[in-house]
Amino acid sequence: MSDTKPLVDVRDLKEYFPIHTGWGRTLPLKAVDGVSFTIKPGETLGLVGESGCGKTTVGRTLLHLYKPTGGEFYFDGELVTEKNMPSLRKQMQMVFQDPYSSLNPRMTVEDIIGEPLDVHHLYSGRAERREKILSLMETVGLNAEHATRYAHEFSGGQRQRIGIARALAVNPRFIVCDEPVSALDVSIQAQVVNMFEDLREKLGVAYLFIAHDLLIVHHISDRIAVMYLGRIVEIADANELNNNPIHPYSISLLSAVPIPDPRIARSKQRIIPEGEIPSPLHKPSGCAFRTRCPYATERCAAECPELTERSDGHLVACFNK
Amino acid sequence: MSEKILDVRNLHTSFTTDAGEVRAVNGVSFNLEEGKSLGIVGESGSGKSVTAYSILQILTDNGRVTDGEILFKGENILKYTPAQMRQFRGKKCSIIFQDPMTSLNPTFTIGNQLMEAILLHTDRNKEQARERAEEMLNLVGVNEPKRRLKQYPHELSGGMRQRIMIAMALASEPDILIADEPTTALDVTIQAQILELMQELQKKIGMAIIMVTHDLGVIAGMCDEIIVMYGGRVCERGSAEDIFYGPAHEYTKGLLRSIPSVSTKYEKLIPIAGTPINLLNMPKGCAFCSRCDSALKICLDQVPEEQLVSPGHYASCWLNVKKQAEEAGEAQA
Repeated sequence: MSDTKPLVDVRDLKEYFPIHTGWGRTLPLKAVDGVSFTIKPGETLGLVGESGCGKTTVGRTLLHLYKPTGGEFYFDGELVTEKNMPSLRKQMQMVFQDPYSSLNPRMTVEDIIGEPLDVHHLYSGRAERREKILSLMETVGLNAEHATRYAHEFSGGQRQRIGIARALAVNPRFIVCDEPVSALDVSIQAQVVNMFEDLREKLGVAYLFIAHDLLIVHHISDRIAVMYLGRIVEIADANELNNNPIHPYSISLLSAVPIPDPRIARSKQRIIPEGEIPSPLHKPSGCAFRTRCPYATERCAAECPELTERSDGHLVACFNK
Repeated sequence: MSEKILDVRNLHTSFTTDAGEVRAVNGVSFNLEEGKSLGIVGESGSGKSVTAYSILQILTDNGRVTDGEILFKGENILKYTPAQMRQFRGKKCSIIFQDPMTSLNPTFTIGNQLMEAILLHTDRNKEQARERAEEMLNLVGVNEPKRRLKQYPHELSGGMRQRIMIAMALASEPDILIADEPTTALDVTIQAQILELMQELQKKIGMAIIMVTHDLGVIAGMCDEIIVMYGGRVCERGSAEDIFYGPAHEYTKGLLRSIPSVSTKYEKLIPIAGTPINLLNMPKGCAFCSRCDSALKICLDQVPEEQLVSPGHYASCWLNVKKQAEEAGEAQA
């Protein structure tokens, strides 16, 4: 597996948003500030972090929903530019967090799932279009009779299935899943997570799985990247990260996860960082975590640590650990 | 044995809507002991929040308690006059809501809102109330309390606002604190901070907590007793150990199977089939029966009564009745 060429190769991705602070001045909000990672075909990379860390922006910038400020993105060896993005969207798709606002309320399920087929001219006649839509609906576990209904007639879990069918319509090789289960009830989450896993086995798609629920990310991902204020602080195999987190932020993030088991939950020692996440507009110099880090030194304020390899495939950006 | 502070018996709450009567809570019974934590878990629409709101009588205009009793230290609060109810709310029992962003008034300062609660529920004058407010902010771990009192809610982060809400709820030293999804809107590290704070304050002040949440992880760490709700009814209630290590209702079992754990990475999750129930269209029998793999014929027609599974552990499932009957039959033979 280790010598296969990466499908997704992101190098030093940057996304700055100009924020107007009044009096005609603007400040750059560095939502993503130099993020690099790779994803192999059929692999799932989990991206975790707290709100405002830039994980959603990474996903959206990859698909050019935001124009990247800097950095390169190679898809299957090809540099992604503004020019070839429209045709590459046939191979990259996205599933959104909120199944209530990401589906057009005026369109029937058939039209929602058919739209990508229309855009990319993926059928030769009406009959083929319909056939493709019905087979997609079957893949995600919807009945054929649902085709003429509107999105509001469905429950959250079913809507998310419609969103997934829409993403699958163009036969993508890579799907960005932006918090796809966090709006769903606990009993429905498992249904959708299982579906993502089945699709990976059947179709061999690669996922960038963005979520804040670490138990679900750990379950579905091969590797996990931890983000803090626009940068990846640690990236490792899912089990390795869980058993042996190195970065102080990863350690506290993992220790804060509530475990649904009373004996473990009560005996668990939590290492919670002091204070709160600083505003991304006024990021601390050097390592962004230093203001909350118990190991911070002068060097952390002066320089920004790069990701360095600690063991096979386990990269950490920290001077002191 | 410690004293029962709250005893809810056969509570029914309904909402009148254009589409018909929605029976959000259908015969919920439980009791809460002094200084203990009780967790109410369930998915959206299970009636967990409505149960909490019924206790405080803060339902929307179209909702009302139609049957049952809520005994606070032996007194039925459903018989309270509006004036008595106002005394009960805030002073004896207070609540923190899910969304700290919308439950504070954006046009008043933190100090103004916090002191309002103190002036209303204690006999302090304004100066003493300000001191008390500062003291409360210190207690909930808000730094620079003097400056915070002059700030407006939008100047604070989500975690800070939830601390302010807790300070406000605890200012009058209530006997019961109801927390309705207090950490759902917060990040995990902030959630851990808030939960830790609530446990610390519970030890210090000795209040009882009712924790309403859908997160089994939060419940596992916080609560002594747990109620599992589905479709407006209690499926199962018992100690945290009973519920997590010996679930006796098919819904609880399914819920516990469907959440991933660290040790089951390479196993498929086992989801609960189907979709959550529509309260407008309640089945005649057990609410969970359409999603239950082991449903019996009787489940379709009759609502199961609550049975004792082990001391303090109750479940409402026909399968347990069947099992008990079979065991009794074997014993006779």
